[in-house]
Amino acid sequence: MRRCTLVNTALAASILLLQGAQAEVTFERLLNAAAEPHNWLTYSGSYASQRHTALRQIRPSNVGELELKWAFQAQSLESFETTPLVVDGVMYLTEAPNTAVALDAATGRLFWRYQHNPTADARPCCGRVNRGLAILGQTLFMATIDAKLIAIDAVTGQPLWQKSIADPGAGYAMTLAPLVVKDKVIIGVAGGEYGIRGFIAAYDAVSGEERWRFYTIPAPGEPGFETWADGGDAWRYGGASVWLTGSYDPALDLTYWGIGNPGPDWNPAQRPGDNLYSDSVVALDPDTGELKWHFQFTPNDDYDYDAVQVPVLVDLPTTSLSSGKLMLWGNRNGFFYVLDRVTGEFIRGLPFVKVNWASGLDERGRPLETPQPLGSVTFPGVQGGTNWYSPSYSPSTGLFYLSAWENYGSVFRPAEAEYLPGRTFVGGIPASPLAGTGNIPGIRRGPINNWTEALGNGAVIALDPRTGEQRWRFPTTDVSSSGILTTATDLLFTASRDGYFYALDARTGRLLWRTSLGGQGANGPMAYAVDDVQYVAASSGNGLFVFALRD
Amino acid sequence: MEQFLRAAAGWRRSGRCGVWLAAVLATAGIEAQMPTHAGQYEQADIEQGARLYSGHCVTCHGERGDTMPGANLASGKFRHAETDRDLSNVIRNGIAGTAMAPSAYTDSELSAIVAYLRNMGSVDLSVAAQGDAVRGRALFQGKGNCGSCHRVGGAGPRFAPDLTSVGATRTAATLQRVLVDPNAALLPINAQVRAELNDGTVITGRRLNEDTFTVQLIDSNERLVSLDRAQLREYTVSRAAVMPSYAAIFTEAERADVVAYLLSLKGPN
Repeated sequence: MRRCTLVNTALAASILLLQGAQAEVTFERLLNAAAEPHNWLTYSGSYASQRHTALRQIRPSNVGELELKWAFQAQSLESFETTPLVVDGVMYLTEAPNTAVALDAATGRLFWRYQHNPTADARPCCGRVNRGLAILGQTLFMATIDAKLIAIDAVTGQPLWQKSIADPGAGYAMTLAPLVVKDKVIIGVAGGEYGIRGFIAAYDAVSGEERWRFYTIPAPGEPGFETWADGGDAWRYGGASVWLTGSYDPALDLTYWGIGNPGPDWNPAQRPGDNLYSDSVVALDPDTGELKWHFQFTPNDDYDYDAVQVPVLVDLPTTSLSSGKLMLWGNRNGFFYVLDRVTGEFIRGLPFVKVNWASGLDERGRPLETPQPLGSVTFPGVQGGTNWYSPSYSPSTGLFYLSAWENYGSVFRPAEAEYLPGRTFVGGIPASPLAGTGNIPGIRRGPINNWTEALGNGAVIALDPRTGEQRWRFPTTDVSSSGILTTATDLLFTASRDGYFYALDARTGRLLWRTSLGGQGANGPMAYAVDDVQYVAASSGNGLFVFALRD
Repeated sequence: MEQFLRAAAGWRRSGRCGVWLAAVLATAGIEAQMPTHAGQYEQADIEQGARLYSGHCVTCHGERGDTMPGANLASGKFRHAETDRDLSNVIRNGIAGTAMAPSAYTDSELSAIVAYLRNMGSVDLSVAAQGDAVRGRALFQGKGNCGSCHRVGGAGPRFAPDLTSVGATRTAATLQRVLVDPNAALLPINAQVRAELNDGTVITGRRLNEDTFTVQLIDSNERLVSLDRAQLREYTVSRAAVMPSYAAIFTEAERADVVAYLLSLKGPN
């Protein structure tokens, strides 16, 4: 029965596995990842970053039969934010901060572990975490919190080369999974809370040599510098981090990356101007790094509204607007955007949570800003209407899903920040609107979130890109740090801060299954198959939990 | 069985002498012991230590170890160290407030330098075998055919342990011993295993991990394979190293060259 329901390619590949050598993951395989849904070959599951699986074995009628098949406990107490890759029965993931691990994907047993010990001067602002690996051929790529890019043999776990990307002592760090395009490995640096000047760069996958670098803040004389020109040296320390993996459209040959906040985070007076390309999405030529277009969500940001999301690429050929080649973006600033990814043109944008920093967006997508009086509450709060956790798009339902932080605000109080190399450079501290309480933390601590009902709540929401409107909403007591997976059988999997891993009906938002894993879910669930069995995997606490239907 | 023989034969074809330094070398961590008293230092370590000493320490401490006031290294007495571990720590961390700066030696190098310091007074460097890493590399690839089984820097087969970082984790003495008597130096995890599945399939390889119910290995086709013990008809672990002794293949001088080359392999960058 299972054999019939799982797509045939998975079966074929598992048979192949017992012949020949360990298969290579060519660029062609990455391009055609949809043809091998038993594998999960990139951070977001495909170049379009839809976090959607074509596997059909688990469906609404049997999701209640899921049972735990194995668990993997990390040797690290940092937040477990990695999304595993699965290649022909082998799972590759990372443990925080920078240990790469190869497991048997059917049993969770270890093949090898490669530990990189970051230098002591590494100082990522928001956890010594890592979000995963990239693969090309038989080589894995890991970006580290001490700003190194390391190539690792996928069979033996031996390092092949290591490249220093930037100075960790000056605040440069990397937490993202790299993106492989053609023969290059593309990464971006974070450190916007330390006065870095952000960039995206590409490295030769074989030699590790740098092929191009695109600074996310233009230098004097470059287009866009005028958005910094009145701030003196502000551009040198202006942040514009790259926190997350980009996407790639092979037909347009463009790679898209979300760019983080300008620094100092909360004091825009120190950096007058729009501060390009902070809080923007940029479209780059993957061969040269040349900028093809950009779209800025939040000019001269007051609130730390990073565009810290994965660009989700969707084709809706029936749309009357634009080319039908779209990019969907649930932004930290509280608006859900639909862009034309050929040109970067704004199509529509509507708030998906309570927003009061802007009354709306103009016809070009620029916010109509309504700054709140000093001391009053701004919505969404500092962590945003959503944050780094991946959304999902289902071609089956035509809906876009994300984890939203609702009714959540902060009081922003700008302060002058002095730039000192390697020191925090943030310009004030956002406060909770409720006296005597802290902000809802980026990472949940404590057994219950006892400030939640007064300070905000979470929800999984389904948005229709054709209208920008919400189609359904599944409310949760606590906010969420989990990404979302959808399936071809119209299931939606996600996890919660309060320790649940659960499945919803992607068409209606109705709860179909849940299990308590006890720890915060802080990656995005993913799916794969080995020997005809479909698995879904989600993180909880410091481990990975892997489920399949009862035998 | 047929598959096993075919795999093994294929292996031998690709590697003229079935060289498997492998078995003995690659596991995590340093196996070098740090003796706390004299008499346990091997000649190869002392010689390697002498080479390291003459490359760096000699600048301040002099050839006989007596040029820094109050520090006569050859005397066997050290103001800041009693045990070998103390000595390693001093070399690694330096001595605050003095010209003795911290160093970045690997564990393997530290134990070699300690071995030399403990024998400084009695070793005649002029007769110490001076291995040449460049010659050693040529022997590794040529006469020894080591590269037909071992991988270095991303090139070569993966069936035998990867030697890319072997110089950072193994001492000169260990490497010498392996070359001469691989069987005696075989680490259990690197022993070759043969698994026969209930359906008759035979898989040979090197273990990566093992537990009560399963075993994970890299097989003779360089695949990562996980086996359920309940599915195995037979499972055997060989006590013999696949690698031959190089006692008769290399001269003593050639072995010193190969060891010098292996010690130079400290991983990428």
